[in-house]
Order: sequence, then C-alpha cells, then structure tokens
Amino acid sequence: MASAAGERLSRSLVTPEGVDLGVTLADAGARAAAFLIDAIIMVVTLVVATLAGIYLFIRLGETIAQPLIIAWLLGFFLLRNGYFVLFEAGRRAASPGKRLLGLRVVARDGAALTVDRVVARNLMREIEVFLPLTILAMRQGQGLADTATTLFGLAWVLLFTLFPLFNRDRLRVGDLLAGTWVIELRTRRLAADLAAVPAGGGEPAGQAQPGEAYVFTQAQLEAYGIRELQKLEEVLRVNDAAALATVAQSIATRIAWTGPVPEPRPFLVAYYAALRAHLEKGVLLGRRRADKHDS
Amino acid sequence: MSAQARRGVEAGRGVEAGRGGEGGQSLASFRAEREADWLAFERLLQRAERRSPRALDEAELLALPVLYRSTLSSLSLARAISLDRALIAYLESLSLRGYLYLYGRQRGLFGRIGRFFTADWPAAVRALWRETLASLALLLAGTLAGYRLVAADPTWFARIVSPQLAAGRGPEASAEALCEMLYAGSDGMLGAFSAFLFTHNAQVAILAFALGFVLCVPTVLLILSNGVMLGAFLQVYAAKGLGLELGGWLAIHGSTELFAIVLAGAAGLRIGTRVAFPGALTRVEAAARAGRVAAVVMVGVVIMLLCAGLLEGIGRQTVTDDAARYGIAGLLLALWCGYFYLWGRRSRPRGGEGDSGDG
Repeated sequence: MASAAGERLSRSLVTPEGVDLGVTLADAGARAAAFLIDAIIMVVTLVVATLAGIYLFIRLGETIAQPLIIAWLLGFFLLRNGYFVLFEAGRRAASPGKRLLGLRVVARDGAALTVDRVVARNLMREIEVFLPLTILAMRQGQGLADTATTLFGLAWVLLFTLFPLFNRDRLRVGDLLAGTWVIELRTRRLAADLAAVPAGGGEPAGQAQPGEAYVFTQAQLEAYGIRELQKLEEVLRVNDAAALATVAQSIATRIAWTGPVPEPRPFLVAYYAALRAHLEKGVLLGRRRADKHDS
Repeated sequence: MSAQARRGVEAGRGVEAGRGGEGGQSLASFRAEREADWLAFERLLQRAERRSPRALDEAELLALPVLYRSTLSSLSLARAISLDRALIAYLESLSLRGYLYLYGRQRGLFGRIGRFFTADWPAAVRALWRETLASLALLLAGTLAGYRLVAADPTWFARIVSPQLAAGRGPEASAEALCEMLYAGSDGMLGAFSAFLFTHNAQVAILAFALGFVLCVPTVLLILSNGVMLGAFLQVYAAKGLGLELGGWLAIHGSTELFAIVLAGAAGLRIGTRVAFPGALTRVEAAARAGRVAAVVMVGVVIMLLCAGLLEGIGRQTVTDDAARYGIAGLLLALWCGYFYLWGRRSRPRGGEGDSGDG
C-alpha cells in the first residue's frame, strides 16, 4: 500500500487536537476521470433538457416560446457555472464524478471549506475548460481563426488545463486560487486482528491451530523488524495460497524452523502474532526496530 | 467517555465484557476496550453523512464529537504502541471522515448568505478599491481612444465593432435611423432578451475575471476593448447630435452593467497582481487569499449583471423618456456606491475567513 506514488501524494493534515491525520491527494488520473463523468452528466442533462424544450414548443406552440427561451438560457448558465459550485458547497464537498471516485475537496489549511473557496475554485474552470472549447468552436464555426492561431491558442490554454500535472500537489488553477486541494477519501472496514489471542478459549471458531502449536524462541523472533512484520500482515490479509506458501517457506528457512509446517497459514498467523507481540513489547520500551537490518 | 445515550456503544459493551477484562496483553485489551466506540462512531457517521444531520437525534448529535475525540485519541495511542497496520489505517480513515464531517465544511448556509449581503460583499469590493480605480481608468481610456479613433477616421468603426453587434448602426446610418433604435418599443420578447443579456454578460465577466490569472494581460485587453467599442458608438451618435440620447439609452442599465464589468476586471487584476507580486506571503498563499476576495466580488458581479440584464431587457424598452432613464441610472449608481463604500464601514468583516482585507 505504501507504494512510491502513495508516499509522493501523502500530505499532513493536523487537526485542532494536534493529531496528524495524513491525507492522500487524488492523482491526476482520478481527477480527470471524475471530471469526465461530470462532463458527461452535464452534457446529457443539457441534451435532455433541450429536447424536452423542443418537444414542449412543438406541442404548445408560440405562446410558450419566451418562457422556454428564458428557462433554457438561465438553465444553461446555471449548469455551466453552478453545477460544480452547488455540489461542492454541499455536504459531501464533491461533485457526482468525484463522489463516484471517492474524492473530496478540502481546504489546504484544514479549515472549513467555505462557499467562497468553492466559488473561486470553480470560476476558474472558465479558462481551463470552456476557453479551449470556445477556441475550437470558433475555428469550427466561422473560420475566424486560421490554423496557426488556433494551435497557438490551444497550446496556451492547455497550459491551464494541464496545470495539475506541473505541480507537486496536483493543484488546478482553481485550487491554487481557492486554497483547496482534492483528496482521496477511502472508507475502510475494521479488519479482524490477526494476532487476536483467543484467550477465553476457542473464540475464533474456524482457526484450527491457535498459537500454542508453534512456540518460537527469542532468537527466532529477532530475525525480523517492523517492515517485515507489516509485509507479513499484508500477505496474510490478501490470503493468496501461493504467496502464503512461499512466504512460509522463506520464513521457516530464515528462522531455521525445525518443526513441521503442515499448513502455511496457521504457521504464519502464529509467527505473526508472536513477532508482533515481541516487537510491540520493544516499542513500549522505546525500541522501534525498523527492519531486519536494524539492530 | 460520556454517559450519553449511545445505542451502539451500549450494544458493544456486552461483546467486549467477555474479552476486555482478562486479556493477558495490554495491546489486545486496547483494541477490545475501544472497538465498540469506533464502530458506534462509524455507524453514526455513516447515517449523518448519508442523510442530513437531522437524521440524528439530540443525544446522538452530542455523542458525535465525543466519539470523534475518543477515536482520535485511539489513533494517537495506536500509532504509538500498535504495529497492526490495518488497524491504524482504519483509525486514520475513520478519524479523517469524522474530522471532515465535524470541521471540514461550512455550517449555516443561510447565515452565510445573510453575511454575504450585509458584510462580505461590500467589504470585498472595498478591499479591491485600488484595482477598481485601475479598471475604471482602463475602461475610460479605452472609451476615449475609441471615440478619438472614430472621430479621426470613421472607417475605424467597422474595424472596432463587428457587423452583427453594430446591426446597421454606424457612421453612415442616418440620424433618424439611429434615433429610432434608441426608442424602439417592445417586441414582446423582453424577458428572453433580458435573460440572454444577463447570461452573455455574466459569462464575459467571469471570463474577464478568470483571465486575470495570466498576470492581468488578457483582463486589461478585454476591458480596454470594451471601452473602445463604447467610445466608437458614442462618437457615432455624438457626431449626429444624439450623444445625450445615447447616454440615456446606455446609462439606464450601463451604470449597473459597466460598474459590474469594472468590478470583474478589478477582481481579475487582483488575482493577477497578487500572483505576480505576492509580497511577504508565499505565492501560493497570496493567490489563495486574492482568489477568495475576488470570488466574493464575482458572486456580487453576477448579481449586478442580473439586475443590469433586467434593466436593459425590460426597463430600457419600457422607459423611453431620457430624463427618466438618466434618473434611474443615477439612482442606481448612487445606491451601488452607497452600498459598497458607505455601508457597514465600521464593522470589520467577521467570520472564519477574515482575510478579505488587502493585507
């Protein structure tokens, strides 16, 4: 999980209580995908509304023309400028596209996301999205611009569109001006404790061999550090048979395990529990053994 | 932990009682003792996020911050003593969700709207006074240039004003034709006309603002070109002795519309200058501050342009008396100026974002 990309995009967010929650910024791909979804929603809404308007006009005739035009113009304006603002000012602080991808807009300084910020961030879409489209439409429409002008305009404007790729924090121009950024919001479930000692006896029913079957010596527990422990945790949680077997084999070799290893998983669970208890005891005494090379 | 009625917590207690007491390890009992709180918090949060906060009853609303703090302290403790990464990740994500729910968003949208009109909008406009003057100067300079250009050589008009916009008005049009256009009555589509004017102008204003980011250059050009067009029209009418009449025709909505355009330009200039010259702040911080003040102004600009659209689309077509047109124009200008520059000067802008000053 702590991949290179994950490290690169993680930032600190210190709460008023003084705890750093550590947020992960959304990467450019997720941002683009979220925008694409929003764009599709906007275009579909526009097309459906327009068709509905045309249908009404055909059915009801001239009398309804003016209200229809007003509604269409205001609706289009609202859709273009208000879609993102309304959703991001809401409780989820995310447009539907962002919500689908598990993203959320937050203030960079950890303060509340105010409406001012949301407005500032989304008005800038005018130069990020609509300006390039306008330039293309101009070219398409009346040939107002020749090819060189169009290319120049596009290159210039794409500079803003691609702005998030040019900075560490993946800030859009709008984010920059609003003091916001977009983070990933993962909802995790509380996973079972792998090292839970069934003290009361036979609590986790399915487990065949609780810790008692395997007893490790002090030397065997000192073979690894925290990094390896957490790798082992990952392997156990993924629970892939081949990986379990490989890992069990290499651990048994390293700690010179002489006893029988009938099944990899119970062995690994037992070793994980013992190793964690051992390392956590060290942590309590102020000794964090980072990895196996750490003495 | 509080004694508030927490259904989830109470339910959790039973499960935990069997385990927590006798856990040989302190670490195992750490989790066992607090797990029920986390799960209760998660459930409450889920309901609060999914539906409105009104879905929670009073006791649950009171329990929410208490559970949040207890989760946060669990996280600190777990980071210090536990090596269970899944557990820490869970607590981090739960704390973040709780944090964003409790602190991450603005409460009281209606209060915010009220404060926008009573304090923030005028304060933001005042904070931009230098940019507003600069923007106004640009508009006037453009107008003067347009006037002089067309006065010197009428062929300039065709180059400045596109044929669709001119719609027959120009140096070669007769005085009668020009005059008729100024007092043309309604053709029954006033509402639609207003809506069109509003959306079009608001979009241009937003563009002018957004382009300010590019070190002001496009904003300056946009304001100048608007001024030049205005000047060109003025010259054409003034040359036919219709300057006063055109003034009334323009001013009835123009006092509001041009004011709004000037403010949009000022907002654009603000962000452009602050990005270029951040002063003592970092560039990013300076941009963020300027952006927030400018955003408040821009919301105001859209409201002003809505008024201007109504005045232009409906007011101008129904009020055809010059004196009345000038009267309305003057009244509105006085109202806007009074509102922006006199209203609530004493009370400093309050609230979380009290940085609308030009620091």
